[in-house]
This record gives sequence, structure tokens and C-alpha cells, in this order.
Amino acid sequence: MKAAAFDYLRPADLGEALALLATHKDDCKILAGGQSLVPAMNFRLARPAILVDINDLNELDYLRADADHLKIGALTRHAAFHRPVVEGPLGTLLAKVVRYIAHYPIRQRGTFAGSLSHADPASEWCLVAATLRAEMLAKSVRGERVIAAGDFFHGTFTTALEPDEVLAEIRLPAMAPDWRVGFYEFSRRAGDFALGMAVAAARVEEGTIREARLGVGGVADRAIRLGTLEDQLVGKPASSALIDGIAREARGMIEPNGDIHASPEYRRDLIATSVKRALTEALA
Amino acid sequence: MNWIGRRLPRLEDPALLKGGGSYVADHAGKAAAVCFVRSPVARGTIVSIEMPSDGTVFTGRDLADVKPIRPILHRPDYVAIGQPVLPVDRVSFCGQAVAVVVADDAALAEDLAEQVFVDIDVADAIVDFDTALAPDAAPVHPEATSNVVVEGRMKTQGLDQAFAEAAEIVALDVRSHRQSAAPMENRGGLAEYDAASGRVTLTASVQMPHMLRTGIADTLGIPESELRVIAPDVGGGFGQKMSLFPEYVVLVWLARKLKRSVAWIEDRRENLLASAHGRDQAFSLRGAFARDGRLLGLEADLRSNIGAFSCYPVTCGVEPLMAFAELPGPYDFAEYGVRSRGVTTNTCMMAPYRGVSRPTLTFSMERMMDVAAKRLGIDAAEIRRRNLIKAFPHRSPTGLVYDEGSYLQAMEVAIEAAGLPAFRARQEAMRERGRYLGVGLSVFSERTGYGTPAYAARGMEIVPGYEIVDCTMDPSGDVVLRIGSSPHGQGLKTSLAQLVSDELGVEPQRIRIISGDTDATPYGWGTFASRSMVIAGGSSKLAAGKVAGKLKTIAATLMETSPDDIELKDGWARVSHSNQAMEIGTLARAAYHQSHRFKGLLPGLHENAVYDPGGTFSNASHIAFVEVDIETGGVRVERFLVAEDAGVLINPMIVDGQITGGVAQGIANALFEEIVYDDTGNLLTASFADYLPPTAAEIPEIEIMHMETVSAESVTKAKGVGEGGAIGAPAAVVNAICDALSPFGIELFELPATPQRIREALRRAGGASYA
Ligand SMILES: Cc1cc2nc3c(=O)[nH]c(=O)nc-3n(C[C@H](O)[C@H](O)[C@H](O)COP(=O)(O)OP(=O)(O)OC[C@H]3O[C@@H](n4cnc5c(N)ncnc54)[C@H](O)[C@@H]3O)c2cc1C
Repeated sequence: MKAAAFDYLRPADLGEALALLATHKDDCKILAGGQSLVPAMNFRLARPAILVDINDLNELDYLRADADHLKIGALTRHAAFHRPVVEGPLGTLLAKVVRYIAHYPIRQRGTFAGSLSHADPASEWCLVAATLRAEMLAKSVRGERVIAAGDFFHGTFTTALEPDEVLAEIRLPAMAPDWRVGFYEFSRRAGDFALGMAVAAARVEEGTIREARLGVGGVADRAIRLGTLEDQLVGKPASSALIDGIAREARGMIEPNGDIHASPEYRRDLIATSVKRALTEALA
Repeated sequence: MNWIGRRLPRLEDPALLKGGGSYVADHAGKAAAVCFVRSPVARGTIVSIEMPSDGTVFTGRDLADVKPIRPILHRPDYVAIGQPVLPVDRVSFCGQAVAVVVADDAALAEDLAEQVFVDIDVADAIVDFDTALAPDAAPVHPEATSNVVVEGRMKTQGLDQAFAEAAEIVALDVRSHRQSAAPMENRGGLAEYDAASGRVTLTASVQMPHMLRTGIADTLGIPESELRVIAPDVGGGFGQKMSLFPEYVVLVWLARKLKRSVAWIEDRRENLLASAHGRDQAFSLRGAFARDGRLLGLEADLRSNIGAFSCYPVTCGVEPLMAFAELPGPYDFAEYGVRSRGVTTNTCMMAPYRGVSRPTLTFSMERMMDVAAKRLGIDAAEIRRRNLIKAFPHRSPTGLVYDEGSYLQAMEVAIEAAGLPAFRARQEAMRERGRYLGVGLSVFSERTGYGTPAYAARGMEIVPGYEIVDCTMDPSGDVVLRIGSSPHGQGLKTSLAQLVSDELGVEPQRIRIISGDTDATPYGWGTFASRSMVIAGGSSKLAAGKVAGKLKTIAATLMETSPDDIELKDGWARVSHSNQAMEIGTLARAAYHQSHRFKGLLPGLHENAVYDPGGTFSNASHIAFVEVDIETGGVRVERFLVAEDAGVLINPMIVDGQITGGVAQGIANALFEEIVYDDTGNLLTASFADYLPPTAAEIPEIEIMHMETVSAESVTKAKGVGEGGAIGAPAAVVNAICDALSPFGIELFELPATPQRIREALRRAGGASYA
């Protein structure tokens, strides 16, 4: 259980880091919190020749909220979200969701950006990013670009990031105070990856849903935003019959994967239940 | 002051809690690192092994002189299978070590291991019972004609009659999936070569150091004097660390061959792949019940998957023969018919795991009682009341003799504490709201502390059982106890110190216990099978008693009274009915330095004693409360009660710890842990991301009540208590799940009851809301 030999580089600032990535490209890997990469290296499933450790890049360690976005710098740890980082529904949602990610010590090191870059299909942050339509700011020596969540996740452990790019910042759209949010996850043990989970958010005016967000994770090769179901919710009064109907539709829409913990059939159950419970919480 | 019965904080803990523990890996620093190259396939012929030219690598050919590990049972139905330390011609399970690499550090060793290429001509693996027992199944081992390698059978005279007279016959097929004991510390060994003496010291994470010395010496063909085995602090064993594993033989061979120190520190992947498993069992039961719920007879077909090899020294008979002998459990019935088979497959070897067969057999019997109760319209507790053993000694249909116990009373105490009427009301109210609560009961016996007669009856060639203890008081009055038991987390040193304190009248803190070193302790059998408190405790008490007798004679001589009038307590020898007293330290000094004054006594204070008891049965009743989420199939254990009778408790806190840990493993057995192989014998659960020991978040606080039946079968009046928690919990939890799901008529017979299986059952029962 020892990693294969690798070189270790520790750039002092972003410029230096980007230069190293440009030089070494596929031969290197960024080391952020190390909570996914290091276990994979110890199992020798990942064998980067070079590690570029970004932990000294203080310029990426920030959380900023403006009128439009919550901006999450690449070195923001999971644990930063234990308490709401912004007032209102978004901060509440993130503070709820973070408790489902791994265990306390892992949350002290693992980063939001690392989760997104790693793109585990059962990552809570990937689900949040996909459902809330996050934008990813990628930087390289070639410049920077903004990638929409819908384009960012390509499948299990694969994203739109190029080998020379750093995911520098994640932008979550701000949520007005009248949004309501819900999250439900089912896993075998506390801290385990989800076998099924859902995020829901809605803005309700006088009993009618005006805007909705809905996504599920842990069931396919990436988190899935359920856009057509969001549309179905809009304009309708919130009711348990509506929620039940949406849950059933979600169940039928997705072709889930199977593994030793959950067959596709069982995952369908979890999709329906997660959607139902997340929506129920949001629309309560 | 009496020390027995006090919740004395464990003497072991300060060092462990402050980082002062000393585990194998703590010693391995300067040694060369060893890495095993393991078979990637479950079955096949070794065609060739390609090795890097620049490394130290050995294969089975290099170890040709080493004998295979081949434990023996003297039974006509037992087929002895030899396990080569490193195979030459064929591999028998995925993860079997086929070559060994030595390098300066662990990373380099792994680099080298990657360069060893084992070319295997792959054959179809036999993984499950159906394939292994098919009439045309190819035997896993050429030396066996079938895959049944041990088989117990019996049938009492009146069995057919019992079935003929039955008002209700309850048949069930029970499946327990495979588990790992998952000790916190994996296996590991450091073999150090001493150039001066030519001896090797093996420091290893094991439960039976003397047995390991014998086993390694026998396979290497060397006298035991050339080997010293040390078990330092050991981070849990649960049976997994009893066996002689090939890895340890290879380590000693390497140290002798290379004349240097070598260390192997196992990782979790290897441990899950290649140490030992247990509980892979399929039981079919038929119970013949009278109208009033009395069990008249029981017929059982029991299969245990023993994996690819037979574990040394207890053999692959350990699960099947335990199941054979102990299935009747706490119930009083006369007619019994059983066939119990050990089935070999291309999977990791089965070895004892806390409870050995009894979790599965208790699960089977307790599920049967619940199903029978429902069918006969009797309450679950009532059917047990009518069947539990009430008179002692009780002789089971297989000839086991149960000493005094409290089967019925323990159950009544648990039921009383459970507050069932209030629970039933809450259960009903919650069901209205779509929430499913359930309560489940289990009652069981736990055979503990058995000595050589029990093992001899199994036909074991190596018959474990007794313990020898040396007890020495030094001239300053401090005590050293040398024991053959080998505790690994149980707090045995504290319990023994308390026991000996009361014999000798000195504080537990002044009693040092030496264990786990074959150079420093009498030959013994280590710690397993809920034996140490009974057996090592018994011999400790007897040995300390002899020293106490000598102290009293010395005190009586010096104070001119009779030894019968001397009481040893709180550091003093007091003459009863007078205020005459002498410090025990003064007497100890006299024993060594004034020995000429004590006619007829040998100088010094050094005694030993042997204890080899027939065994004593503990008993307990567990009650689990659960909530089942019918949409996800998730189960939460809300509350868990244990009424346990382990006789006299030497240290109740330690006993509670044993029960709590056991119940946690039992809940793991009921809900979480499962080793999964695919059809080709490839392991799918090779890390704790897939093999799921529960965390503290999944285990409720365990509420424990104690009964105290004093048995004549134990000189300390203590009964064993190491396994009970794990034995009773799966049955209670699954009975509770079935109670919760009774509106759907669901009966589960499979362990673990995973969310997926529960949803599947709901789907079949029409209770799946999205079906
Ligand atoms: C026991 C355990 C349980 C866990 N449970 C969960 C869980 O329930 N839910 C969950 O979501 N996660 C879980 N995780 C994973 C954890 O959340 C990781 O922290 C996270 O997936 C990766 O973040 P990191 O900062 O540690 O990244 P690292 O491990 O350092 O890197 C992961 C990958 O992302 C790349 N990378 C990292 N940062 C960047 C960047 N800024 N730009 C470009 N590439 C980058 C790396 O090169 C690497 O390929 C668990 C981990 C463990 C060990």
C-alpha cells in the first residue's frame, strides 16, 4: 500500500503552478487535499510521475459572495461549509450537504474544487454544482475560461479540464432569500458515498412554484440535473401529489448503474425516494 | 478490600491511550521489507514465474523443503488438505501468496513485486455451494474425491416419530454470507535473525504464540528451541489471528536464509483478500412443533464454505462441527438429526471468527422460533418459555452437558426491561404515520472455557485446552504472573490482576503479567474461544493460591499462630481475632532471605498451576429495537438490550466492553458486512469502501443487565463472555426487522439484511411503493 515513485513539486504561486502544469501536462497531477488522489496512488490505481502541490497557493484560498455569485477558491476545504458561508438558502443548503461528505478529518483537508475535478459520480459537491448550474473558472498559461456545469462533467472521474488547467474557482449562483432548499441522501454508513441522493430548490410565491432546481447523484456516471422535471414543477402549486408524480417520473427517466451495494432496480427506488424527500423538504 | 467485582480502569490503557502501545509495525523499523506477490486468479496451473533480475525474490521452488501446512482431524470423514507455504504447481484462491520479495523498504518491495509476472493457466473456479456440491463438480483439491472435506452426521432414534406427531413443521433455508473479522490491526510479522545464537525471533500480531512456534518449527523441520515467538500489543484478533499462516513461515525461512531481519506489515487489501474469512454458511432446518409450541425434533442440513484450505490448528472442522454439536442451543428437546458438511472452494480460507457458527445457528433457531410462534398463534416470548432449558445439568441431544444457567430468567429480565406494552402502542401509532418499528428477541447459550476434553472429542490431532500459569512473588512483595494466554485487547491483565490480588492481598498495580513471549511464558494456547478468564484465570487463581498458602505458613511461623488464622489483605497478613499483623513485603523478603527458618518449605515464592476444565455455558438474551425505512430499506437500530449471565464478573466494566464490542460485530453481521466474490472467484470487497464495518454512528448504546449463576465448573466462578455479543445480535436484529415488516408478511432468512435485500423482499411482498 505504498505509492509508486513520483516527483514532488510545490509551487509558491499560481503563475509558477501553471507553468509547471504547462511543462509536464499529462505526466503530472495537481495535489489539493489529497483525499481522493493519495488513496488512489497508494492502491497504485493512479501513478502520476509528478505531483504539483497547490497548497501554498494562498491566492486560491477564498470564499467571496457578491450579488450574483458565491465564489469558491480552489483551496476552500469542505470544512469551510460546516457553518453557512452566506446568509440565506444557499449557505443553509451547503451547510447541510457538507455533513454527508466523508468524515470530519477528511473534510478538513479535502477541497470543493478537488471534488469537482475528481468528478466522482457520488460526490455531493458535483451534484450541487450540476443542479445549481455552477460555473467553473479554469486557468492555464493559455489564459482562462468559464465552463458551465452542464459541460464540465464528462463521466466517472472525467471532466472538461485540460491537463494544463487548474480549476481555480467555482461560482455558485446566488439564491434570493425566498428560495427554499432540500437535500436527501442514502448511504450505507455515515460518511459513505451516496447510493442515491437528490438536491431540490424552489422559489414559491403564494403557493405556486415559480422557479425550481432538481438533480440526483450517485446513480449514474455523473450527477444529473433533471431539467424537464424542473419545468414541470414551475407554475404548479406545491402538493404531495405533485411531488409523488415527479418522484415517479425521475425514477423512470434514469438508467441507473448497478454495483454490489445497489442493483439498478434498487437505485431506481433510491432515485424516487431521494427526489421525493428533497422536494418535500424544499416545498414544506 | 476485595478487588473482584470492581470496575477497575484497565491497567493496559494509559500506555495505549498515550501512544505507548507497541505493535509489530512499531518494531519493524530497521528490517528489510517483505511483500508477497499474490495470485490474481482463483484457480489455475502455474505455468511460469518471471522475476526481475535485480531483486531478491523467492518462489515455491526455493522453499521446496518446507512442509505444507496440513492440520489433522482424526475422523473418517475428514480429508486432510495440505496448504503449500508457497505453491509450486497450482493456485487455489485469489490472493494466495505465490512469491515473496525482499527489499530495503516497503515501496521498493512493492515496485519489485509488480515486476514479478506469474503466468497462470486459468481454470474455472468453484466459488459457491451449488457449484461445489454439484454431482459432477471437479474437486478443488486433487487429494480429495469431492468438495466435502469434513462431515458430521447423527440422528436420534425418535426423530421420525417426532415429525410424525408434529402439529406444525417449520422449514427454513438460512443463508449467512461471508465475513471478515476485520481486526483494527492487520496481520504482520517481524523475523529477526540473531547471528550469535542462530535463533530467530518472530514478533507477530497473533493470538496463539506457542502454537505458532510449534507450527512453524514443524513446517520448517527445526526444533522449537531455534525459534522465539512474541506477540506484542495486538490490535484485535477475533479468531482471525489464531491460525498458522504461510506468510509467517516464509518470514522465518527468509530470516534464516538471508541472515537478516525481515518484516511484513499487511495492508487492509491483503487482509480482506488473504487472511481468513468466516460465516459463509447455508443452513436448512426443519422443526417439528407440537400444538402447544413445544419443539419435538429438529432436522438440519448444514453447509459451511471452508474456503481453499484447512486452518491450523483447529482445522476446517471448526465451523461445521460446531454447528453440528451446538445447533440445539438453549432449547430442551430430545430428537435431532443433522448432516453438517464443510465444503471446500476456491476462496480464502475459513478460520474461527468470534462466535464460530453460533451467530448463524442462533439466527437459524431464533428465526425458526419466531416463525413457529406466528404459525401457532403463540407469543414469541411464550414459545421460548415453553422450550428453554430449565433443569441442570442438561444433556443436549449431541451429548453436551450444560451446567447451571439462567436461560429463562435472563429472557424475562430482558423482556421486563424492554417495556414491550408501551413499545407496541408506539409501534402501532407510528405505523399509522407510515413508520415501521419492530422489536426482536434472541436467546442463546455460549459454550466457553472448555479444556482438552472438548477438543479431544473433535478428534483434533493437536488438542488445545489447558493453561499453565507461573506465579512468583519477589522479595519486595511484587508479583509476576507468566501466562500462556495471549490477550490482544481484552484487558485480561487487569482482570487477572484483580483475581490474584484477592488471593494474595496485594494491590492489582503490584501485579505484573507477562504474556505473549514463548521465551518467557509457559507453553499455552493463547486467547480464543472465550477461554482466558475461565482457564488462564483458573490457573492464575490456583497458582496464586499456592503462593498465598506459603505466605500464610511463613506468617504463621513468624507470628506463632496457625496458617488458618492468617488473612492476606491490603498488603498485610493479619491474625484473625487479634491485632497482630505483618506486611506481606516483609514475609516475601523472609521467604527468600530467611528461608532457613521455615522447615519443610522450599525457599522463595514461586508456584505454578494447571487448569483444564470441561467448560461452562454462559447464556444471554438480546432484544433489538429497529426502525425500517420501507422506501430505502435502511434499518436503524434504535435500542439494544442484553441480559447476560456470565457468572461472577471479575471486572464488570471489562465484561460490558466485551458485550458491547460483540454486539457491534453482531449488528455488523446483521446489517452491514459481507465479503463478495464474483463468479470467477475474484474478490469485490477489497477495501473498507466496499466491505462495511459499521461506525459508531450506526451502533446504539448497548444496555446491559447481568445475571449471576454460580457454576461449579469454573474455579473463578466466572464464565466466558467473549463471543456472546456477536452470537445473539444478528438474530435479535433480523427478528426485529421482520416484526417491523409484519404488515407485509415478510420473513427474512439472509444475513446481512442489507437495504437492497429488504427492498427486494418488500417488492416481492407488494410493499414497494414505486414498484
Ligand atoms: C474515506 C473517504 C470517504 C469519502 N467520502 C466522500 C463522500 O461521501 N462524498 C464525497 O464527495 N467525497 C468523499 N470523499 C472524497 C473527498 O471528498 C475528496 O476530498 C475529494 O473528492 C477530492 O478533493 P481533494 O482536495 O482531496 O483532491 P485531491 O485528492 O488532491 O485530488 C483529486 C483529483 O482532483 C485533481 N485536482 C484537485 N484539485 C484540483 C484543481 N484545483 N484543479 C484541477 N484539478 C484538481 C487532482 O489532480 C486529482 O486528480 C471521501 C474520501 C475518503 C478518503
